[in-house]
Amino acid sequence: MKILVTVKEVGTVEDEFDIEGTTIADRSLNVDLNEWDDYAIEEAVQLQEAGIADEVVAVTIGPEDCEQTIRQALAKGADRAIRVWDDAIADSDLLDVGAKTEILGAVVEDEAPDLVLTGVQADDDSFGATGVSVADAVGYEWAAVVNHLEREFDDAVSLRRELEGGVEELTTVELPAVLTIQTGINEPRYASLRGIRQAQRKELAVADLAELGIDEDTVEPTLELTEMYEPESESDVTVWEGGADDTASELAALLREKGVAQ
Amino acid sequence: MTDVLVVAEHRRGEVRDASYEVITAGRELAAETGGELHVAVISGTVDGFAEKCNRDGVDAVHTVDHGEEFNHGVYSQTVTKLFDELAPQYVLVPNSVNGLDYAPAVANRLGLPIVTDTIDLESDGDALTATREMYGGKVETTVALEGEAVVTIRGAEWPAAEGTGDATVESFDPEIDESALGSNVTGFEEVAGGDVDISDAEVLVSVGRGIDEEENLEIIRDLADALGATVSSSRPIVDNGWLPKNRQVGQSGKVVTPDVYIAIGISGAVQHVAGMKGSDTIVAINTDPNAPIMDIADYAIHDDLFDVVPALTAEFQ
Repeated sequence: MKILVTVKEVGTVEDEFDIEGTTIADRSLNVDLNEWDDYAIEEAVQLQEAGIADEVVAVTIGPEDCEQTIRQALAKGADRAIRVWDDAIADSDLLDVGAKTEILGAVVEDEAPDLVLTGVQADDDSFGATGVSVADAVGYEWAAVVNHLEREFDDAVSLRRELEGGVEELTTVELPAVLTIQTGINEPRYASLRGIRQAQRKELAVADLAELGIDEDTVEPTLELTEMYEPESESDVTVWEGGADDTASELAALLREKGVAQ
Repeated sequence: MTDVLVVAEHRRGEVRDASYEVITAGRELAAETGGELHVAVISGTVDGFAEKCNRDGVDAVHTVDHGEEFNHGVYSQTVTKLFDELAPQYVLVPNSVNGLDYAPAVANRLGLPIVTDTIDLESDGDALTATREMYGGKVETTVALEGEAVVTIRGAEWPAAEGTGDATVESFDPEIDESALGSNVTGFEEVAGGDVDISDAEVLVSVGRGIDEEENLEIIRDLADALGATVSSSRPIVDNGWLPKNRQVGQSGKVVTPDVYIAIGISGAVQHVAGMKGSDTIVAINTDPNAPIMDIADYAIHDDLFDVVPALTAEFQ
């Protein structure tokens, strides 16, 4: 069985940051592997270690700068990676779900995996829709917000979806399928030094839109990011100032007033 | 093409509150576009659900009597066909686990843009402006699009629709392609049970990602012991296996309403806030003065939890 894992390098923001137009200023932005994708990679690698998957391929949409992040997937056990980038993508400040569906759908069709694992959402833009959209576009089955996967695959896979309010849904999904993976499904490993060294030698192919047979117009976003701002706080919070002993003592007084620990 | 179609959500025989909130969002949007508000109820006891969803401002309810529980194949086929039939401008769906399990497929099939997790919407009848958060709630953004769209609505951002409407209730009977239904719900399980029910606690000492290491939970337990409180947590602590699922506060965990909720090293992601905002008094201990938890906290200490928590424990020993 072949598993394709979609991974994304996401922007992360410090406590203090600046906004320039409709983006976070570069100086305020760090990058990291999307947390949800880390769990998806781990799930794929565990399926490979269990002898269920023969090959794990990671795919990302991103500029050359993100290769270091994507190599984390290789260092953790993916066999090879594909990076898709194009000037037409670089021009967009919000790659919407439709555009990502075109790109990732083309990769799925090329690779023809039995299973596609994606994170439930990306830490930065939080759309949470690409996995299901890609599944529908390529005619795969799907399940969103999966937090447990049975290690038995036939023509179908049994899994659990994490619903709201501490309820899980037990579902069977036919293969091939796209599953969006929720955090907590496993314990993502740290890349070992050996893994990191090996990752440098693993294949990281680069493809542009033409190579994927995608017309530039089809990835033009239908959404336009028009504003970005810090939300106005409506808070009327009372902030206690001073050293830890002073603030703890203020809080202790409040708790006593509320009848706590008496 | 100015109408709004809302798709209601239900589980195990009950219409979920999110449905009524989306009806409110739909009603506001329909007022802006000058169109009608349609509501779809799909699967389950649809006539009963239709009665409940017939709230003020709803013009029509469409019932689709097919299967008992949610099946994303049935929902995506049905909503696509309803869209073809009604030609609405916007399809609104709760931004729930199930909403995100079919709305993207509907958008893909109809070739429409999808905007998820929206917290505000405005339309002039053609252009839609949607407000949503990025970077874990640190920024708000507006996105604009022209024409029709599928939009998912964040919970608790709009009030639940009330009152009784005078909607027409019509049965819609699309031909469902059974061979295309490749997923099957086989059951449900409550997973947040166990020895402690945090939803009964009067005082919760709740810990988040800021605690850094599992060993550090000891200072949280010490504080809870000193206060006679119960320990709860945000999602990452449970994901890491440091506390069991029955301690998780939030959308996918428990909803809690204690007298006092002390949020320690919790930034306040929307999923967490959904589970604890009904607490009587909320105290936040967090180094980041801009953390979203500060927006709902009554009292706050902007300091290192590793300094404040032991000092607080000492006050009660």
